[in-house]
Amino acid sequence: MTNTAKPISLPALQAGDKAEFARLVDTHSTAIYRLGLRMLGDKQDAEDILQNTFMKAFQHIAKFEGRSSISTWLYRIAANEALMLVRKRKPETLLSDARSEEDDEDFTPLQVVDWSCLPEDELMTTEARLHMEQAIQRLPETLRIVFLLRDIEGLSIQDTCQALNLSETAVKTRLLRARLRLRERLSQYYGERIRERNADDAQSGPL
Amino acid sequence: MHNQDHCKHLLSGLSDYVDGELEDSLCRELEQHIANCPDCKIVVDTTRMTVSLYHAASGQSEPMPDDVRQRLFDCLNLGEYTRNTT
Repeated sequence: MTNTAKPISLPALQAGDKAEFARLVDTHSTAIYRLGLRMLGDKQDAEDILQNTFMKAFQHIAKFEGRSSISTWLYRIAANEALMLVRKRKPETLLSDARSEEDDEDFTPLQVVDWSCLPEDELMTTEARLHMEQAIQRLPETLRIVFLLRDIEGLSIQDTCQALNLSETAVKTRLLRARLRLRERLSQYYGERIRERNADDAQSGPL
Repeated sequence: MHNQDHCKHLLSGLSDYVDGELEDSLCRELEQHIANCPDCKIVVDTTRMTVSLYHAASGQSEPMPDDVRQRLFDCLNLGEYTRNTT
């Protein structure tokens, strides 16, 4: 979202104003590209999602009724494109994903290492950031898309519901599951770092 | 960790709690519980930290590459506006 000087004019877009559409593209393309990249983990796929999203927006803007913001509407198109492509890439995982989500009904946290007190420079190393990105990739796509829209792109719960055509209960349930799964993975990772640190301290020990 | 029903019941409100959107009575219940349940306190603290780390990381994302933007504008027949809008 780079161009915030003047709000995008829906009437201008619907009248076919190409300069205004170019402004719309520049305002939202980075976020849409980022969403595609994190959903698919592939630059070419992310670019396809980006192009398809704006081509569809261009085609359908005349019929857009403004029931959500333009931004949420774009996320909705992009989320559909991304989910379609994920399923096309991995058709054989559809069933297992559905099952793993059901198994999650009874998801209980297993990792109870308190890493929340680690200093910020240890929490945000390049390696830790990579680990965080990989953890997102390992979420089932139905949880991943909710987490990305809500916690990475910063949509409200309401906007996430509109973008995904899901009830508030469904969004909140998926968000909680996604966050708990990511917490597990980060706890494993940071737990290792704490153990390493303690081992180092023990070795260097008191003189 | 614990498998007590009470802990599990409280976990269902964890996301709302972390977002500061849990209703007052449930919020008090959860806070009273974590004051006496160290495991749940760790789960709450590290969940909050998980969300906060991802928020921080999302603000540091790399920009979209210029060539991707150029191809996007070209495929939308907006090539003439590539320079005007940035």
